Amino acid sequence: MMNRNPQLDENGVLQHLLTTEGLPASVLLHILDTAESFVGVTERDVKKIPLLRGKSIFNLFFEPSTRTRTTFEIAAKRLSADVINLNIAVSAQSKGEALLDTVNNLSAMNADMFVVRHAQSGAAHLIARHVRSDIHVINAGDGSHAHPTQALLDMFTIRRHKQDFHNLRVAIIGDILHSRVARSQIHALTTLGVPEVRVIAPKTLLPKMVERLGVHVYHDMAKGLKDIDVLMMLRLQNERMQGANLPSPEEYFKYYGLTPEKLSLARRDAIVMHPGPMNRGVEIDSAVADGKQSVILSQVTFGIAVRMAVMSILAGNQA
Amino acid sequence: MQLPDAETLFKSLAKKIQSDCDKDFVLVGIHTGGVWLAERLHQELAITQPLGTLDVSFYRDDFDKIGLHSKVKRSEIPFEVEGAHIILVDDVLYTGRTIRAAINELFDYGRPACIRLATLVDRSGRELPIAAQYTGVELQLPADKMLELKREANGKLSLNLYDKSLAE
Repeated sequence: MMNRNPQLDENGVLQHLLTTEGLPASVLLHILDTAESFVGVTERDVKKIPLLRGKSIFNLFFEPSTRTRTTFEIAAKRLSADVINLNIAVSAQSKGEALLDTVNNLSAMNADMFVVRHAQSGAAHLIARHVRSDIHVINAGDGSHAHPTQALLDMFTIRRHKQDFHNLRVAIIGDILHSRVARSQIHALTTLGVPEVRVIAPKTLLPKMVERLGVHVYHDMAKGLKDIDVLMMLRLQNERMQGANLPSPEEYFKYYGLTPEKLSLARRDAIVMHPGPMNRGVEIDSAVADGKQSVILSQVTFGIAVRMAVMSILAGNQA
Repeated sequence: MQLPDAETLFKSLAKKIQSDCDKDFVLVGIHTGGVWLAERLHQELAITQPLGTLDVSFYRDDFDKIGLHSKVKRSEIPFEVEGAHIILVDDVLYTGRTIRAAINELFDYGRPACIRLATLVDRSGRELPIAAQYTGVELQLPADKMLELKREANGKLSLNLYDKSLAE
């Protein structure tokens, strides 16, 4: 890592959102507070404000994604920005060069912001380092590295339901190894002052030395869920798995799938979150996903407000 | 310079609104000083309809220059704007740009029957064709000064004048 956080300028002002790692709590809270006002906008009849009128936002999706791309698109449109969606198939050869060529071309079309989704970790960082200083970059997921807007909307949802971060026990459950969401969640939770973050997963789905991120490791749901206020489920990422990390989805469900019985081991008022799309019957039982403690659909709604907040704060922070 | 007493201005503003308005009207305060003032008017004039509040940050015309302020508050309009008689309330009327933003925001909630403007102080310096219907006082102030409403812990309102250069 460089000395200076590449997301902040020399005055500590946010220029890009690439990862939640290393961002001060004040920046995260500013985004959450601003998103609170945007929730008000999304509840009106006219769900559109003129803030980013005349700005061009390019959704650069080098990896297929419908829902994340759609929420970014809705967020940008509600801010009155012009949105251009590009689904770019990555050519097998010389990926690095092709990526920057694409970015150069789009910059020449007077882009103001890039929203980048890429299968390779670090792609959004590379673009952020490369673009003109007046262009802002938002990482919409890079490899198994980071997915900061998902983590921020999760923080927003937690604050809406639990008010304060400082007295919570949070468990992140499932495929931590392949999850960019989990990494971003862990950094955000610890920065915002959550005193106890646990990860619950089989050994084969945990990165080496995950404890270094400041989390407590559990391999057993019964022990791990005790006294938990917030359960953050992760999607089992079959497409990212090479080799035999798991015997079978059925066996995974037996030990780690969130059923009403397992949920009853957590606190009675615990909330259940999932970044979507869900594998019902693999990491989560439908009775829980659609149950009273689930806040999964609020996450989707709040995701738009949080992305509106990130886009407007970045656009307003001119270098 | 000697500033007028905000509490005296408030009383006279409330009287002007009361003697003029026969229709059922609703109040909308603009954050932050305008909301304090609107809360007091709401009580003083015994208005039954709930009070609306606006934070016009998302509608400002200087977003490209100054970005988003650190604390954007949520706009709350707890009544039907369509067909409503609205009195917009702000502490100080100066360039008129805040009021322009507030009117634009209100129209995104619906089409009001009318909007009037009540302001504690009208300091000249308008940059847009906007005028207040109800004013506590008119003051001429130098362009390098900022005039702001303050609210003390006991709810008492006061006016404060300071150099613009200190505002950053």
